[in-house]
Amino acid sequence: MIGGVLESLYGLFGEWWIIPRLIEMFVVVSIIIGFISVAAMFLIWWERKISAHIQVRFGPMRVGGWHGWAQSIADGIKLLLKEDIIPARADRPIFILAPMVVFASALAAYVVIPFGPGLIVQDLNIGILYIIAISSLAVLGIIMAGWSSNNKYAALGALRSAAQAVSYEIPLIISLLGPLLIVGSLSMTKIVEAQYVPFILVQPLAFLIYFTCAVAETNRLPFDIPEAESELVAGFHVEYSGMRFAIFFMAEYANMFVVCAIATTVFLGGWKGPLLPPVAWFLIKTFFLLFVMMWLRWTLTRTRVDQLMNVAWKVLLPLAFVNLGITGLVMLLYPVG
Amino acid sequence: MTTVNLQLQQIKERAAETMEEMWVNMGPQHPSTHGVLRLLIKLDGEVVRECIPYMGYMHRCHEKIGENRSYVQIIPYTDRLDYLASMYNNWAYCLGCERLMEIQIPERAEYLRIIIGELQRIASHLIWLGTFGLDLGNFTIFMWCFREREMVLDLFEAVSGQRINYSFMRIGGLALDVPEGWLADVKAFLAWLKPRFAEYDRLSTDNVIWQKRIQGVGILKPEDAISYAASGPMLRGSGIQWDLRRDDPYGIYDRFDFDIPIGTSGDVWDRFWVRRREMEESVKIVEQGLRDIPPGPVLAPVAKKLRAPVGDIYSRVESPRGELGHYLIADGSEKPYRYKVRAPTFVNLSALPVMLPGCLVADAVAVLGSIDIVLCEVDR
Repeated sequence: MIGGVLESLYGLFGEWWIIPRLIEMFVVVSIIIGFISVAAMFLIWWERKISAHIQVRFGPMRVGGWHGWAQSIADGIKLLLKEDIIPARADRPIFILAPMVVFASALAAYVVIPFGPGLIVQDLNIGILYIIAISSLAVLGIIMAGWSSNNKYAALGALRSAAQAVSYEIPLIISLLGPLLIVGSLSMTKIVEAQYVPFILVQPLAFLIYFTCAVAETNRLPFDIPEAESELVAGFHVEYSGMRFAIFFMAEYANMFVVCAIATTVFLGGWKGPLLPPVAWFLIKTFFLLFVMMWLRWTLTRTRVDQLMNVAWKVLLPLAFVNLGITGLVMLLYPVG
Repeated sequence: MTTVNLQLQQIKERAAETMEEMWVNMGPQHPSTHGVLRLLIKLDGEVVRECIPYMGYMHRCHEKIGENRSYVQIIPYTDRLDYLASMYNNWAYCLGCERLMEIQIPERAEYLRIIIGELQRIASHLIWLGTFGLDLGNFTIFMWCFREREMVLDLFEAVSGQRINYSFMRIGGLALDVPEGWLADVKAFLAWLKPRFAEYDRLSTDNVIWQKRIQGVGILKPEDAISYAASGPMLRGSGIQWDLRRDDPYGIYDRFDFDIPIGTSGDVWDRFWVRRREMEESVKIVEQGLRDIPPGPVLAPVAKKLRAPVGDIYSRVESPRGELGHYLIADGSEKPYRYKVRAPTFVNLSALPVMLPGCLVADAVAVLGSIDIVLCEVDR
C-alpha cells in the first residue's frame, strides 16, 4: 500500500527526489514531536518544582529518585493507560478532533523557531507571520472542545477563550511590528542576525506588551480565565480525561515554549551569546522566560473577564500603537546605514 | 390550560433560556462552593441574574441527636458543627450549660478558653484567607496560610490530643490543664506569626489585581445586613460595629483591650480586610491573656451526673463566622428537652441572593468565599 502511495506521489510530482524529501520530513517531524514531548514533560516537572518551592513545599520527590525527575513520565504513562471517556451527549467527531487541532497548531509553530544558526526546520521568509497565523488556530480547537463537550462550564470557558484570544492577538502583533520595522524582514533567522544588541534594550515597551499578551495567549495565570479552576471548574477541557486531556496539557506547555521562543528570537537576541554554543544560549534565554511565566502564575491573582478586556483594549493596544509610531518616527529621522 | 399549550409554553421558556439566559448548576461538586453547597445560578452571558442556594446535603439531625444525649455527651457532637473552629462550638455549648446549671468556672480556665479561642480564630481566619485566595486564583497564599494554621493545630494537639475535633472544653472548665511549656510555645508562635501578616499582604492586600478583583463587588448594605441578621465579619464589613466579645461579653472578655475593625462599604474587600485585621486583634488578645493568666485549677467541681434545673438559656459567642448561639430548654432531666443551634454561616449565607445579582461569575465565587461558610454548620 505504501508503495502505491509513493507511486502516486511519484506520478504527482514526477520527480525522484520526493522519496528522500518525504523521509527527511518524517524524520524532522519526529524530532519536533520528540522535542515537544520531552520539553513539555520537563516543563511540567519544572513548574511543579517551582510552584512547590514558592509555596514552601517540595513537590514531586519520589518517582525516579532524584527530586522525582520521572514524575512527568509516570503521569504520562498513567494518562495513556486511562480509560478514554467521551460523554454520551457530546458531539463525538468534534470532541475527538479538538485536542488534535490545539496540539497541531502548537506543533506547526516549531517549524520556524531558530534554535541556532542553521538549526531551523524551514527558514520561511514570512516566519513570524506564519507563527502568528498558526498559533491563532489553537483557539478554534478550544472553541471546538468547549462546544462539543455539551457542558455549560466548558461552553463558558470556550467563549471566554475566544474573546481573550481575539483581544490579545492584536496588541501582540502590533508590539512585534516595532522590532520588525527595524529588521525589515519577517524571517526568523534575519531577525536574530539583525540584533547587534538585543532588541529588548531598543524596544523595552514592546517586549513588555508582547510578554503580557503572550501570557494571555497561552491562558496562563493571571489571565487563565478560560480554564479558571475555581470558577469554571476547568473550563473548556472539563469533560476531557486520559490522553485527550494530556494532549491539551502538553499543547499548553508547547505553546508556552513557542511564545517564549519568539520572545527570545525577537527581543533577546536569539541564539547569540558568548562562550556557550548557540543552542545553549537559545535554550537558556527561553527557559528563563518560561521561569518568569511560572513565577507570575504562582504569585498573582486571576483577573476578571471585564478587567482582562479593559487591559487589552484600553491599555495594551494604545501603548503598542504608541510604540509602533515612535519606532517609525525614529526610523524616519535617523535612517540606519 | 391544555396540554398542548403547556408544552408550547415549556418550549418557549426553554428557547428563552438557551437564547439569552441559562441556569447553571454550581455545586454540590464544585471546587469553590466550600463543601456541598449547591447554587442554582441564572446567567446572562457572564452576568449573574439570580441565585438560589440549596443546602441540606450535610444534614445529620444534630439537634435531634442532642435531645437524646446527656448534657456531657453532646460536647463531641458540637465539634462537628463548625469543624474549622471546633473550640468555639464547645465553648458556646458549655457556656450555655454552665449558665443553666449556675456553675462558676475557675479563673485559669477562663483565661485558657480565651487564649485557645483566639488562637482558633486565627487558625480559622487563616483557612479563610487561604481558600479565599484559591477562589480568586491565588494558589500560593493558600499554602502559606496553611503553614501557620498547622502550627496552631500543633498547639491544639499538644493540649487536647486532637487536631480538628477537640472536645476539649467541659461543662465547668477544661478537660485538662495545658502541658508544661505550652504557654511559651504560644508566645513563640505569635512571634513567628506577626511578621507573616506582612507576607500575606504582599501577596494579597498590596497586589493591584487582588484589590481590583474584590473592591466594589458583592455589596451588602448595612440595612440589608441587619434585616438578614448577618453577624460576625459579614456585619462588621458592612460598617456596623457589633461584636459579642464587647457588646455582650461572655467569659472575661471585658478585661481585655482590643479593637473591633469595621468596613465602610460592605463589599468583599471590606469583609476581607475586617478578617485580616481581626487576626492581629486576636494576637493582641492572646498576648494579654498570656501576660495575665493565673495558676490554679481548670475544672470546677461538678457533679458526675449533670442535671439542669427547669428553664431555658440562650448562650452566644462570637465565633470566627459570627454569632454562634446554643439554645437549650431543660426539663430537669439529664437530657435537654430541646436543643437548637443558631449557626452563623446559615444566617449569613441567606444574604447571598441579595449580594449576587449583577455580579460576574468570577465575582460570584469571590462573594461566596467572602461569607466564609462551613457547610457542616450550615446544614447541621
